[in-house]
Parts: sequence; structure tokens; C-alpha cells
Amino acid sequence: MLIFERSHPGRRNAAQAPHHSAAASGIPAALLRQDQPLLPEASEMDVVRHYTRLSQKNFSIDTHFYPLGSCTMKYNPRACNTLAMLPNFLARHPLAPEATGQGMLACLYDLQEILKDVTGMAGVSLMPMAGAQGEFAGIAMIRAYHEARGDTARTEIIVPDAAHGTNPATAVMCGYTVKEIPTDANGDVDLDALRAATGPQTAGLMLTNPSTLGVFEKQIQAIQKIVHDAGGLLYYDGANLNAILGKVKPGDMGFDVIHMNLHKTFSTPHGGGGPGAGAVGVAQRLLPFLPLPVVAKQDETYRYLTEKDLPQSIGHLSAFSGNIGILLRAYVYARMLGAEGMHRVAEFATLNANYLMAELHKAGFTVAFPQRRASHEFIVSMKPLKDATGISAMDVAKRLLDKGFHPPTTYFPMLVPECLLIEPTETESKETLDAFVAALKEIRDEAHATPELVKGAPHTMPARRLDDVKAARELDLAWKTPA
Amino acid sequence: MSNPANLKYTASHEWVRSEADGTISIGITQHAQELLGDMVFVETPAVGRKLKAKEECAVVESVKAAADVYAPVSGEVTAVNGELNNAPEAINTDPYAAWMFRMKPDNAADLSALMDAAAYQAVVDSEAH
Repeated sequence: MLIFERSHPGRRNAAQAPHHSAAASGIPAALLRQDQPLLPEASEMDVVRHYTRLSQKNFSIDTHFYPLGSCTMKYNPRACNTLAMLPNFLARHPLAPEATGQGMLACLYDLQEILKDVTGMAGVSLMPMAGAQGEFAGIAMIRAYHEARGDTARTEIIVPDAAHGTNPATAVMCGYTVKEIPTDANGDVDLDALRAATGPQTAGLMLTNPSTLGVFEKQIQAIQKIVHDAGGLLYYDGANLNAILGKVKPGDMGFDVIHMNLHKTFSTPHGGGGPGAGAVGVAQRLLPFLPLPVVAKQDETYRYLTEKDLPQSIGHLSAFSGNIGILLRAYVYARMLGAEGMHRVAEFATLNANYLMAELHKAGFTVAFPQRRASHEFIVSMKPLKDATGISAMDVAKRLLDKGFHPPTTYFPMLVPECLLIEPTETESKETLDAFVAALKEIRDEAHATPELVKGAPHTMPARRLDDVKAARELDLAWKTPA
Repeated sequence: MSNPANLKYTASHEWVRSEADGTISIGITQHAQELLGDMVFVETPAVGRKLKAKEECAVVESVKAAADVYAPVSGEVTAVNGELNNAPEAINTDPYAAWMFRMKPDNAADLSALMDAAAYQAVVDSEAH
């Protein structure tokens, strides 16, 4: 139910009503609307109850273990929220002069420097508003680089089949055609296929390392040589940066451009459609193309670089300066951790994933790459369970909700049938991980003993099994006033 | 459901049926629809479009994923099954009746290079591991 549907004519909430009259705002009378806006009419208590109930229905990292693979749903420290919401940050207008915003600019500059250091890149722009925009900025810079050199015959971006779907989508959005290459039996890029796919038409390769198969791409040096020898550039998808944070730098692996999902790796709130932050980092040769504005420090003064400073920039990606509130949260998180703490993030994220993988393997579940060490995530296939009982990975996922766990990612990557992609993150305790293993074992027993119970799950949630075909075919996203 | 013996198959999970008028009908196999799950959208190529063998020419989208459909041989698109726009679930209920598009092959001999039902079943079995 929406707040609009709780509306009753005449109900008011005087304490929350605007204080300023229209006349006081100085807006000319001719521009004032004559009819009332269609807003819900509700009392303060109606509103409080409505939103409190909604929040109680929410399944979130604040309430439940949330091992959603490739999404890095880690705990968001409250200190980050508190500091990012200091009144002087909140009240600052984006058009206020730089001279009065030196504190905020200093935070953004320091965040750029921290991200440069932890990824081994030569420059960083914080402007992309989300991961997909970060990807777009990255490939747009690759395109700008080739074009600036007059190297315009490069029309293809190579993408491994294990990649997130956003990678080929980004390449196409930037005007490239996508060349897909396969993964070998160990989960690594097929080098022969990469060699065959690479040539004078290659603009670049988009790679996620560790990959979505939850393994570290061991042949990264050979891969970067093949692509660079052909004149292409390497793009690092930062989806799985959490596994290697501060331990291995994409810059050292030879990547030319990377995007970082600050809402994953740097623990800003994540899910529910945003806001995110998809900062990009570049190697030396891509510095002139960074999206604007970038914060610079000259003497002891901070200022935004503009087109005058970076005439070859791919330009602005939003009206102002990115999602500042999210960037401030990421800055506080990075400062609280320090360089040493970032190493611990990678270590514990990897330890938790490997512990969970080992325990599930021991319990008889089918791990996709048991011979490989997991990165920060790993894949379990429910195919044997489906063959034996008819219970699918989706049924297991839905039943996990009844046991108090957010399900892992299901059916991605598609290379492994009936898969669950599990990412515990570094912030979970051993007790939580053990309880998750116990829940999966219980569900497996139920699949054999009472399969209808699992097929009908979830039984305890406010909504039962949704009609996902209807939801996809008859999108219903906008509320309309009843006629 | 077994794969009909009168059809030809590709490694990318299309089935191909030779029609009396010299055209071929193309759809996706039982195995493909089972992997993809409930269909929500189908996109077919334009009639008259010239296709090369293995060219991406149609899309099936399910609740789980979107997948490309490839031309089994080179040729020209002669017809599309418009009914699938309103009823993509027909691919789930009867994949071998739910043809997606028809082609006139440039060279009818190309069809002999496609797999028979037994060879295709071997591909499906090898993917199960």
C-alpha cells in the first residue's frame, strides 16, 4: 500500500507543513500554480506508522545476513552516516563559491588520493553517479584516447562470457561492437580465444578480476600483454575489488582504467536503486580524458578543474559534483579503516568466503571450482539437488527467506547451472556463517522429506512467491490517481 | 521431451525444420527453454533481412536472462511468427511448435552441416557436467 492510498481529504500534519508563504519566496504571482498539488493528505501518526511498517517489511543488511554474490552487501558503519550528515555538509549549496567550501573539497580531494593509492592509478574522478555510469565513463575515455590519436579503426570491445551484463551494454552504449570470449574449465579467460579475438580492430578488453566465477584471474599478466600488444586498452570492472582491496592494485596488473563501486567496496548504502557512486581511476595516458569536475589542490587551496584545465575531458556526467553525500560516506569509511584496515577488509572478506565454501563443500554441496581458492565469493550449484528432488536453486533461495537469510544471487553467472553466487563479506561473524550453513542443510533435508514446503516458500514473508513473468511483462511502476 | 528426429540442430541450441516450399523454420530447443525458464519477450528479425550463418538475429528474454538466437545458415528472412509477441510462453509449452522465424537459405546444402537429434543430444549431455 502506498502513502497516497492512505490519504483522507482534510487530514493535516501542521508541524511538517512548509513555513514560508509563496509571497515571501519572491516568486512572481503569474508563475504560481493555481491548483493544489496532488499530495497525500495524512496525519503525522498515519505517516509514521506507514513508513515504520514499510521498514519492518524490509529485508536489509541492518536486519539480516545478505550474502548477495557480486553485490558486496557489507555493513554500513553508522559513523559514516553521522559525519556525512553534519549540518554544514547538508546545507551547502552546489553553486556556493569554492572559497566557502574548502572543507568539503578537501574531503573529496583526499578521497581521490586514497582511491589512487589503493588502486595504483594515476588519477581519479569521483563524478560518475553509479557503477553503470562509471563503466560508461571508462569506455568513453578509451574511445576518446583512440580518437585523439587518430586511431579510429578500433571498433570492438572484448568481453569474457563470465562478465556482468553491464559490460557488453556499456560497450554498445559507447558505439562499440562486443566480441565475447569463452572461459576455460578452471574459470579463467581462454587465452587462445583471446589471442584469436584480438587485433587492430580491438579498442579494449573489459575484465572483472576476481571474476564473477569467484576466482582470481591468474593469467592477468599474459592477458594484459596480448591486449596491449594489439594496441587495445584494459578496463577493470571494480565489482569485485573488495577481494583484493589494498593487496593487489589494478594499476600494477596493467589496467588502464577502472571503475569502483563505492556503494560496494567502500560500504556506502547499497540497494533500492541508489544513490550509488562509481568513481573512475585512470593510468597516466588517460589523465587528460577524466570526467569533470576533478578536485585539484594548488598551494593550500582546493578547486574544481574545468574544461579549461582538461580540454580533452569526456565532459560532465551530471549537473553538479556527483553524489556528494555518498562520496563523503566513502571518505569517512576509508579514513576510519586506513591503509592497514583496507588490507584487513580483503583478508576477512576472502577468509569468510573460503570458510563458508569449505564448510558447504564438507556438508556435501557442489562447489563450482573446488580446486580453486575462492576470492570474496564462490558458486554452489544446486543441480544435484534439482536432479534428485526437483527443488531448484530458486526454491532454495525462497526458503532461505523463511530461515532469516537474504538469498544469495541466483542463476548468475549463467555458466554454472542452478547456481547460487555467495558473498558473505568481511563484516559477518563465524556464528552467522555457521547458521547459514545449517540453514542450507535443513533446506536440503526438507527438499527430500517435504519438497512441497520448499516449493511453496516463502511462508513467513509479507509477500509470497511473486509472479515474475507478469511483473516483467506488465510493468507497473507509476501510481495513478484513481479515476 | 525428446528432440524430434525430423529436425536439424545447432550447437547454440536452435532447431531447424525444412519446409515444403524450400524455406526453413527456426526455433529454440527444449533444452534451451528449460535453461532459460519462463519467457517474457521475444524479438524477431525483420523480414527481408539477409543473415550470415551464426549471426545474432533474434533475442529471447526470460525471467532469468536474455539470450541471443543465431542464424543456423546464411540466407534471407522470409517470415516471422508474430504470435510469439503476445504469447512468448508458447516457447516454454511447446518449443518445437513455436517457430520464431523462417529463412530462405542461400545454399540448401549448408543444412547438411547441421546436427541431427542424436548429435545434438550429445552436446546437451556434455554441457550437463
